[in-house]
Amino acid sequence: MNEIIIEAAGIKKTLGRGAGEVKALRGIDLTLRRGEFTLLMGPSGSGKTTLLLVLGCMLAPSSGTLTVCGTPTSGVDKEGLAQIRRDHIGFVFQSYHLFPTLTAAQNVQLALDIRHERGRKAGKRAREALNLVGLEQKADTLPGELSGGEQQRVAIARAFVANPSVILADEPTAALDGNNGRSIMRILADAAHQRERAVLVVTHDPRVIPFADRIVEIEDGLLVDTGSGEPERLHLPKAAAFRS
Amino acid sequence: MSLVPTLASRNLFHDRLRFVATLVGIVFSVVLVMIQMGLFLGFGRMVTTMIDHASADLWVLPKGAKCFEDPSLLDAKLRDKVMSVDGVASVVPLVIGFSDWRLESGEMTPIFVVGADLRDGSLRPWNVVEGDVRALSQNGAVVVDRSYYDRLGVSKIGSTAEIRGRRVKVVALTDGIRSFTTTPYVFVDLKNARTYTGTFPDRASDLLVRLKPDADRDTVLKAIRSQVGEHEVLTTDEFRSRSRSFWLFGTGAGAALFAGALLGVIVGTVIVAQTLYSSTKDHLSEFATLRAMGSSNGYIYRVIIYQALLNAIIGFVIAGAIGAVVVEMTAKSALPIVITPWLIAALFVLTVVMCVASAIGAIVRVVRIDPATVFMR
Ligand SMILES: Nc1ncnc2c1ncn2[C@@H]1O[C@H](COP(=O)(O)OP(=O)(O)OP(=O)(O)O)[C@@H](O)[C@H]1O
Ligand SMILES: [Mg+2]
Repeated sequence: MNEIIIEAAGIKKTLGRGAGEVKALRGIDLTLRRGEFTLLMGPSGSGKTTLLLVLGCMLAPSSGTLTVCGTPTSGVDKEGLAQIRRDHIGFVFQSYHLFPTLTAAQNVQLALDIRHERGRKAGKRAREALNLVGLEQKADTLPGELSGGEQQRVAIARAFVANPSVILADEPTAALDGNNGRSIMRILADAAHQRERAVLVVTHDPRVIPFADRIVEIEDGLLVDTGSGEPERLHLPKAAAFRS
Repeated sequence: MSLVPTLASRNLFHDRLRFVATLVGIVFSVVLVMIQMGLFLGFGRMVTTMIDHASADLWVLPKGAKCFEDPSLLDAKLRDKVMSVDGVASVVPLVIGFSDWRLESGEMTPIFVVGADLRDGSLRPWNVVEGDVRALSQNGAVVVDRSYYDRLGVSKIGSTAEIRGRRVKVVALTDGIRSFTTTPYVFVDLKNARTYTGTFPDRASDLLVRLKPDADRDTVLKAIRSQVGEHEVLTTDEFRSRSRSFWLFGTGAGAALFAGALLGVIVGTVIVAQTLYSSTKDHLSEFATLRAMGSSNGYIYRVIIYQALLNAIIGFVIAGAIGAVVVEMTAKSALPIVITPWLIAALFVLTVVMCVASAIGAIVRVVRIDPATVFMR
C-alpha cells in the first residue's frame, strides 16, 4: 500500500449556532494515499465542501482526529495550520481565485513566493508548471484574458508547483464545458498517477468517474457504505481503458 | 525578487482613482506639515538674525530681557565694571528701539532703530550692496534695506526722510535684512540711536562683550555675573535660544504652527488609513486565497505595508517638489520658509510612519479573514 498522506478519524463538524445549527459531518473516517486519485461525490448539502475544508486544515473539526503527513493537527494554531497547508497541501477552487493583476506565470510563482522560493529558479519552475498544463504560451497573459478552462489550468499549476503531497479540489470543473472539464480532470489524474500525489476531487460530474481510482460517497455528513476494514467503496479499479 | 512589491504596486495602481485620492491626501498633509515646520524654522532663524550678526561672545542684558527687541534698558556705567573683568577684550553698548519715520510725502511709519558704535564693529549692517557703512558716523546717516524702499519712501543713496523730527539721509543700502515684525530695521550710529529712541546717554539696551582669545568663556561669564548684580549675562547661544523661545512659544506663534502641522498629520493619516482599508477590503478575497494557499500572516502584512510605503514614497516625492517651489517663492519674502536637510529627513520619517500607521486598520481587518471563504464562492 502507498504512503498515507491524510488520515481522518471520527471527524465531526457542527456548523452554525443555536437554531441554525447543522451537523455537517457526523463521524467520518477517511484515508488519502500517495498516487491515488479519489473522487468525493454526494448530493448538494451533504457535507463535501465541509469535509474538504477540514481535510485541508482550513476548518477545525468539532471532534475527531486529523493527521497530515504524520503531523496531528489538533491544538495547532492558525499560523501553524497555514504552515501545514504551505508544506503539504495544494488547493484548486471552483472559481479559480487567480490574482487578476498578476500574469499567469506570476500567479503560479506566488505559490513559491509564499514559501520563500524566489529568483530565476522560481520563475523557471513556474513556467515548467504552466508547461505541464499546456499553457506555456500564455505565461505572460493576465487571467482576465484567459478562458475559464485556461484559468483553471493556471490554478492547478499554482496548486502543484510547490510539490504538495496532496491536492484538494472542490468542483474544479463546475464552471467549465465538457472538453475543458475533461482536460482539467486528466491533468488532476496525472498529478496523482505520474507525480505521485494524493488527489481528492469533489464533483457532481459523472463524466469524470472513469478517471478515478476510488470514489467516496457522502450523504448527510456520513460516508456511504462504510464497512469494517474497507471504509471506502471502490467503484472501479485503475481502469485506464475507461479514460478517454 | 519577491512578488510582494509586484502584488502591492498592482493593488495600488489597479484602482487609479483611489490611488490619486490617497496621493492627494498624503501630499496635502506633507506639504502642510512642511510649510508649518518650514515657517517655524524660518521664524526661528529670523528672530535671531541680529544676534547672529552681532560679533559678541557674551551679552549683558537688563533683568528679564526676553529677546533682542526687548525695550528694557540697563545702566551704561556697567560697561566699566565689565571691562575690568579679566579676559574681557571689549564691551560695546547697543541702543535699539522703536521710533517713527516720516517719509518725504509726510506719511509716518514705525521703524526699529539699531544703533551700535561703528568703530567697534559689534553690530554693523551686513550684505551692504551700495554705499559705505563708514559714512554712518556722520550726523543723520542711516542704512536701510532695499526691500523697504516703498515703506520708507526712499529709492536710492542720498534719499532723505525724518526720524523724530530730525533729518536723516540714506548712506548705504543692504539686501535681505528683513524683520519678521514687518517693522523695518534702520541702522544708525550709537549716538544718533539715543536721539532717535529717546534713550539717555547713561542708558543702553545691551552690552556686547568680546573676550580675549585666550580667555575661558565660562570663567569670564561667572566673573561678570558677580559684577553686574541683577543684570543677566548670557552666552550668544543662550541669548539666541531665549529669543527664539520667546517669539516661538511665548507668543503662541510656535504653538499655532505646531497645531497646523499636527492637523496635517491627522488629516493625512485618516485619508491614507481610509483608502488603504478600502483597498484591502476590495482585495480581501485575494488575501483569503493567499491564506488558503498557506501564506503566513506576515506575508500578507508585507503586501499591505509595502502598499503603504509606496504611497508614502510617491507622495513624499510629489510633496517635496511642491515644497521646493514654495521655498523658492518665499525666499525673498519677509518670512521665508526654511527647509533644512534635517527637516526633509524628519518629514520623510513622518510620512513613512504616518502611512505605515495607517496600515494598522487594514491589517486588523486582514487578520480576521477566514481562508475557508475562498471555497464558499
Ligand atoms: N456556515 C454555515 N453555517 C451553518 N450551516 C452551514 C454553513 N455552511 C454550510 N452549512 C450547512 O452544512 C451542510 C454541508 O454543507 P457543504 O457546503 O459542506 O455541502 P456540499 O456537499 O459542499 O454542498 P454543495 O454540493 O451544494 O456544494 C449543508 O447543510 C449546509 O447548509
Ligand atoms: Mg460544496
